[in-house]
Amino acid sequence: MILFDYARRNIRLHWFRSFLAVIGIVIGVVAISSMGVLGNSLVLSISDSLTTVGDTIVVYPQSGAGPMGGGGGGTTSFQITQRQVDQITRAVGTNLVIPVHTGADRVIMGKENQAVSLYGMDPADIPEILELEDGIFLRSTTGAMAGKRLAEEFDLNVGSTVVIGEDGERVRIVGILKERGIGFDINPDYALVVSDRWFESTYGEEGYNMVVVKVEDLEEIDAVKTAIEDALNRRTDVVTVLDTRAILQTILDAFNNISTFTTAIGGISLIVAGVSILNVMMMSVTERTREIGIIRSIGAKRREVMRIFLYEALVLGLIGAGIGGVLSFGGAFLAVSVMLQSTTYLFVPSSLVYILYGMLFGIGTSLLSGLYPAWRAANLNPIEALRHD
Amino acid sequence: MEKGVNPSGKSGGPLIRLADVTKVYPLPAGDVTAIDHLSLEVEHGDFVAVMGVSGSGKSTLLNLIGCLDVPTSGDLFLNGVNIRNLADDPLTELRRDTIGFVFQQFNLIPLLTAYENVEFPLILSQGRDGGPGPGEIANRCRAVLSSVGLDESLATHTPSELSGGQQQRVAIARALVNDPDILLCDEPTGNLDTRTGTTIMELLAEMNRAGKTIIMVTHDQRVAGYARRRIELVDGRLA
Repeated sequence: MILFDYARRNIRLHWFRSFLAVIGIVIGVVAISSMGVLGNSLVLSISDSLTTVGDTIVVYPQSGAGPMGGGGGGTTSFQITQRQVDQITRAVGTNLVIPVHTGADRVIMGKENQAVSLYGMDPADIPEILELEDGIFLRSTTGAMAGKRLAEEFDLNVGSTVVIGEDGERVRIVGILKERGIGFDINPDYALVVSDRWFESTYGEEGYNMVVVKVEDLEEIDAVKTAIEDALNRRTDVVTVLDTRAILQTILDAFNNISTFTTAIGGISLIVAGVSILNVMMMSVTERTREIGIIRSIGAKRREVMRIFLYEALVLGLIGAGIGGVLSFGGAFLAVSVMLQSTTYLFVPSSLVYILYGMLFGIGTSLLSGLYPAWRAANLNPIEALRHD
Repeated sequence: MEKGVNPSGKSGGPLIRLADVTKVYPLPAGDVTAIDHLSLEVEHGDFVAVMGVSGSGKSTLLNLIGCLDVPTSGDLFLNGVNIRNLADDPLTELRRDTIGFVFQQFNLIPLLTAYENVEFPLILSQGRDGGPGPGEIANRCRAVLSSVGLDESLATHTPSELSGGQQQRVAIARALVNDPDILLCDEPTGNLDTRTGTTIMELLAEMNRAGKTIIMVTHDQRVAGYARRRIELVDGRLA
């Protein structure tokens, strides 16, 4: 393919300015594709957690803790009262209602003194939403259960004793909970779960920080949600009712904002790259005017001249997209590792396809910018081009 | 192309026929008439030297016959085809298949090797009806390079690594590789020393003896001596 080779050699001859033009393409490709990969990995990992808690509605006090504020502390003035819990229970019919106290306190575990999240729940409710790894579920008001990761980090076993709070109450660990992953209701992996009575007597709280409603029939989620809102938010909004899909939506919306911003940077970078490729190609056309005259005089048609210059743009695009593809794989790997702590969702086709998209965008931009210079080259008057120095 | 319609071209009339051709270049300062009602015929196998002072219309005449430009008025027939109303693509095909150019500045493509420069016109006609295949391209390039007397070891060199005489040989090889009917030479020895110029002229004369029709622009009397016929232009007309 001599025409292609010819274009390639011309780029090599002017490798430095070609390289500068390619940098823009690289940045654009990296920005677009690593964002795509990250977004897709995020959606996949959230969707995976979603299946385990997809039947859950969470009720928060209005303007109290948001979905991620589970460990916010026991001192918030916005709480859900027992009366409201009863209202919820009546509104949701046969579905299970689990009121939860959340808080945090300093806990001495062995030699370590550490702030730890606390969940206070009715012992009867615990088996409904949590699973046991070792030991037994909480049966009385005393005792506590430890999340798997907390237990691992501080070497807690069934029978270990921890000291909770400034008063220094000794509490025995009766069971270790199975690891649950990121949940939308409660996140006990790195927390202690105690009985509601103990929590209330220790911290003097009556209200709850959140109420988890397990819905038996997934189809009913919207109806149950509406029922709770109708029952409690009659005059003013006193509670916020979220189902997992809504929470997912909130996270995705936040991500989309970031993603739009980054993609915009990628887009701008591609535009800049396009302009600089246009510039490089226009220089090339001007410098090679005589050469264009020669190849026209020996029988190259306009579209063949156009092809030579488009090949040149294509080669620039391919180089940029190639480097960009490799870098964005690395970039996505880094971003996913940091943000999701796992690269499981990076190596799936639906994530990797974004790298392909990014690369195609890069090549497309390059070809588009090459179009005008190529057209100019093809439409030069051969006689005048031959006279050009 | 027309070659197919009229394979030898010898059956009907002259190879090149200009009938009352005028070429006017519109310029801001006023129109310039480069060729003024010129009529001319060139037969197959002829070797014509076109002479004249600069500005006499030599180059314009060469550009018209070379299908790089079309007449403002009058008709120009190549192998019986009137080029006056042809679009850009058919004109380009005529240049590719019927005409070979040899320039004063050699005009080789600097990025390509000698071999690739010769190959270029063949690549352009590849894949068309009757176009050469890859094997034929290689054979024809080698054959034409040896016919112009270029050492095979020089084929992989780029033009900047060749002497002027060697470059002009490559340029002649490139002009001949598509087996054109007409060889158009614009001061082919203008950039060469006398001795090298002589060898190039002998090469062209040999091509003419082998049957190529050559039209050569020159103002060198000695070079013109190689032609069978001389014409002189003055102000776009035959003197």
